[in-house]
Amino acid sequence: MRLARSPGGEIPTQGRLCAPLTRRPGSGSVVSMIEIHALTKRYGRTTAVSDLTFTVRPGVVTGFLGPNGAGKSTTMRIILGLDEPTTGSVTVNGRPPRAHTAPLREVGGMLDPRAVHPSRNAYHHLLALAQTSGIRRSRVDEVIDAAGLRSVAARPAGKFSLGMAQRLGIAAALLGDPATVVLDEPVNGLDVEGIRWIRTLLHELAAQGKTVFVSSHLMSEIAQTATHLIVIGKGRLIADTGVAEFIASAEPPAVRVRSSNQDVLAGLLRSPGVTVTPGDGGALAVSGMPAARVGELAAAAGITVLELATEQASLEDAFVDLTNDAVEFRAAARPAAGPAFEEEK
Amino acid sequence: MTSVTPNPALAPAALPGYSRPQKVTQGRVLRSEWTKLRTQPSALWALLSAVILVVAFGILYSFLREARPPHGAAAVASFDAAGISLSGVQLAQIAVGVLGVLLITSEYATGLIRTTLAAVPRRLPVLWGKAAMLTVATIAVSLPAAFAAFLAGQSILGRQHLAVHLSQPGVARAVIGCALYLAVAGLLGLGLGALLRSTAGGIAALFGLLFALQLVAGFLPGSWANDVGKYVPSTAGQAVTTAHPDPTSSLPPWTGFGVFCAYAAVLLGLAALRMRRGDA
Repeated sequence: MRLARSPGGEIPTQGRLCAPLTRRPGSGSVVSMIEIHALTKRYGRTTAVSDLTFTVRPGVVTGFLGPNGAGKSTTMRIILGLDEPTTGSVTVNGRPPRAHTAPLREVGGMLDPRAVHPSRNAYHHLLALAQTSGIRRSRVDEVIDAAGLRSVAARPAGKFSLGMAQRLGIAAALLGDPATVVLDEPVNGLDVEGIRWIRTLLHELAAQGKTVFVSSHLMSEIAQTATHLIVIGKGRLIADTGVAEFIASAEPPAVRVRSSNQDVLAGLLRSPGVTVTPGDGGALAVSGMPAARVGELAAAAGITVLELATEQASLEDAFVDLTNDAVEFRAAARPAAGPAFEEEK
Repeated sequence: MTSVTPNPALAPAALPGYSRPQKVTQGRVLRSEWTKLRTQPSALWALLSAVILVVAFGILYSFLREARPPHGAAAVASFDAAGISLSGVQLAQIAVGVLGVLLITSEYATGLIRTTLAAVPRRLPVLWGKAAMLTVATIAVSLPAAFAAFLAGQSILGRQHLAVHLSQPGVARAVIGCALYLAVAGLLGLGLGALLRSTAGGIAALFGLLFALQLVAGFLPGSWANDVGKYVPSTAGQAVTTAHPDPTSSLPPWTGFGVFCAYAAVLLGLAALRMRRGDA
């Protein structure tokens, strides 16, 4: 599929679609896009998603981040037409998800890679899905080859490793060559080769003009894959921003220093605008001063510097900072082991 | 230093585009459901066990009754030779009913239903597709099985001159009725499974509907046992499997079968309502 449209061209950045944009060949719908407006979803008394508004645009990979129970999977289920919004609206390629007559061409999704019949083999799993839309057997073979599943296509899907199951789920999502691709934690369980494969694949899909919306709890993976980020916490939108801006919004970089005399060095470094705190491994964490200046001060005092490094705020740090207030079940102190953002299942 | 060589079996190929039309139709969903049914080993086992139960139990019971033939004119007159050779249906309905339940609850249990319903957002074609394929498959295997059981059973009972022939009134209808009864028993299971979305719950409800209600009706006082009992699903449905149903305890064959079908229709209708609106 090719879109007769340049990425970032005539896509409205705000508001609703007023008129049909470029039409995709063989399809009556407007250019691919996910538009979520004032979406609220309640399950009984639990509010999973609250007044969520954002747009996922074509041509780039958009990451979907949020801590445990933030409502990412709920949002993705609604995008795929599986759950109904309590209030608000969701459109995929200009229409409500359940209004599509050729759904596999409009949106391909993977929510749970283990959602297969355990004793049905991978080929028949994909074939049964393809047949709902009259997709040919040759296409099933194409996605099997593209996902690297040829050698295991005749094996029961229930016997697949998590990585293989992920590939099968992604193959299923791509069966209809959809304009919009929605993947929940696609990297989870993939080996290094698999991660490289999915990263390349997502970039290719975006380059073809597709809308690619990917959730992940691996911040580093999102940093390397996504261009844009939607961050939610407690079901509410926290950030709708570019990855670079997101990282820049985090705390300023800190300098890590280890020396022959930490106590004296700490005294030398303390000054207005500079904070010095003990870091792990006996190192000092210094913020508000560049690494070069730290080195100069140490040298002037005759202190031997054993280690000196600038620690750039990572996407994880930015993420933790932003979602700190929104994390529902946060421990009293921030866990030292880093964020544990398991997606809700 | 060793270099990492990519596993050639996993090396992905480029994915070409696909621009053919792909509209979802009921016919296409039927094909999809057929593929699912024929590639689900548990479904094939359930159908095979239904065949074995119909044939083997029919033959076994025919041998038992042949060894202890009826004595006296009244006993001979009420001897139901067709019913004896077809008695395996009582057991086969469990296999087929459970298959009906599993056909839908296995998708809910694994989460596959989400993939299925995302591909068929109108949703109901999936339920109708499963119902149609279950009906076709059940009749396709149980009709030959019922005839085989009948013919084998009659050849056994014939040694005591107790056999009936297909050309006798009601007999061919009873044999064919067994296949129809089993198909609707499967649909009851499908309806319950789709309504309850739980394998254990669906099977429990199926047993309640097919067996417990029959028992409870039997405990009712006086003529109520028969008047109410006639309308209990399995009793009503089995009228069509009996060559000469007793009018005091059974509805007429096709009326009874109609009542049985109505139960299945109501359950499938409720399941369709639940499936169409709300969350998958």
